[in-house]
Amino acid sequence: MSELLHVSSSPHVRSKDTTQKIMLYVVISLLPAACFGVYNFGMQALVLILVTIASCVLSEYVFNMITKRKQTIQDLSAVVTGLLLALNLPPAFPWYLAIVGGIFAIIVVKMVFGGLGQNFMNPALGARCFLLISFTGYMTNFTYDGESVATPLALLKAGESVKTMDLFMGTTAGTIGETCVIALLAGAIFLILMGVIQITIPASYIITFAIFTFLFGGHGFDMTFLVAELCGGGLMLGAFFMATDYATSPITTNGRIIFGICLGILTGVFRFYGASAEGVSYAIIFSNLLVPLIERVSRPKAFGKGGKA
Amino acid sequence: MNKCTERLYNGIIKENPTFVLMLGMCPTLAVTTSAINGIGMGLSTTVVLALSNLLISILRNMIPDRVRVPSFIVVVASFVTMVEFLVKGFVPSLYASLGIYIPLIVVNCIILGRAESYASKNGPLPSLFDGIGMGLGFTCSITIIGAFREFIGAGQLFGNQILPIADAASGKAGYVPITIFVLAPGAFLVLGSLTAVINAINNKKKAAGKAVVEAVGCGDGCASCASKSVCQTANLNAAPKAEAVPVKPAEAVKPAETAEETKKDE
Repeated sequence: MSELLHVSSSPHVRSKDTTQKIMLYVVISLLPAACFGVYNFGMQALVLILVTIASCVLSEYVFNMITKRKQTIQDLSAVVTGLLLALNLPPAFPWYLAIVGGIFAIIVVKMVFGGLGQNFMNPALGARCFLLISFTGYMTNFTYDGESVATPLALLKAGESVKTMDLFMGTTAGTIGETCVIALLAGAIFLILMGVIQITIPASYIITFAIFTFLFGGHGFDMTFLVAELCGGGLMLGAFFMATDYATSPITTNGRIIFGICLGILTGVFRFYGASAEGVSYAIIFSNLLVPLIERVSRPKAFGKGGKA
Repeated sequence: MNKCTERLYNGIIKENPTFVLMLGMCPTLAVTTSAINGIGMGLSTTVVLALSNLLISILRNMIPDRVRVPSFIVVVASFVTMVEFLVKGFVPSLYASLGIYIPLIVVNCIILGRAESYASKNGPLPSLFDGIGMGLGFTCSITIIGAFREFIGAGQLFGNQILPIADAASGKAGYVPITIFVLAPGAFLVLGSLTAVINAINNKKKAAGKAVVEAVGCGDGCASCASKSVCQTANLNAAPKAEAVPVKPAEAVKPAETAEETKKDE
């Protein structure tokens, strides 16, 4: 039977998009950042990336097998989770603990709640926070060129200055994937051009954070400080690749703007008033929890309902 | 089965307060950072539960129905005060680690729940055993939760180091404790996973037709119960076995929901 003769009731889905294809685009868009991470931090970064991806895919495979569900690893979402988790780990993180993170991301955050699309929290970030709370020592130990150094954000928090150009090029300490802003932006532009993500969430996130920084950052209207705050931590990675996760972000445009504003304010609060220098991951998973409420207030009115007349 | 042993079995296994009735969640989540804390908290609660059940059951015909809850609380609070002084006097270390949660036994919903649903309707001896059973069930479950959290989160069991801890500074290999398990989120993770396992076992039993319908915490058999006409459990128990088996909640709810939706649309 040809496709033309296949008639079902409306709406008729004409798009050729599949989960697998979208996830493949996300993987491709993350490759520049991942490659730069490997170049910047050496083989240990490559080992971490491969180990977390393998751990995520295997956990999903085993979970589906044990619970006798349809196998879902071919949709590549576990690969994306693994890759994102690895990009969120410091390069010197022990690989055997990264396996624990991968298992937590897939089993506890995703599969137990029903698998892809049912998870209420970004699996990669859920696992990152799990690791951050559990293994604080390893997760805050950043090495660069074999030495333990402070991240740009920690330097900023201590009142020192950082070279803006280094932040763009990515030749600083940090997690594997967050350092090189150019690589991240290249991936983000690819995703936007392919229509996988929309600019709404990252834009409202970054603008809100910028305003918050001007008002409460303690440096006044200082462009260098703002750029350093924007590019020095995980904000770019989080804004473009993790806040835009389909399952854990609002579906309406208004909802997405509110979501971005929440993210910006929370990130600012965590960074400027919190004990730690970084706050993007907590801000994102916290806002993930607000998504059902945001969707409730931003639900569009059906045509002909409500209104004045 | 003898009525008293039946009560013990009911409290520990069938209507386990933590995993089946989901009562007393506050101490369950808060004090189970170690197995010792679990045992201490559980036994203190057991003592209060057994004695308050006994006294309330003796006084059940004297307490006016309208003021029964304040009266129960007075009885419970007196026993809690006694237990508090005893623990403070004889096991000060436990008192220090449980802290505010000992006085808070007063508002533990297991105790008020048993007083209300069992002790105020039944004789002293079954009530005493009901209290002991429920208390031991609570003790067992929070000790298990405590043991899991302690083991995963610190590599210890009952305060003894079971797994050698890795030391990054000196490069010594060993267990890297997953610290989150002794913190608040770990309590939720362990409680959730254990409840899931127990539900899975119960569901399997139900599918095999062993137990009919799990009880709702209302002591006596359904036949003599005053509210059996409105109680779902009584109806299900009375119904032939074949019908009583899985009433899927989703299906049971669906018609009502769709009806509501159509109303909204209109």
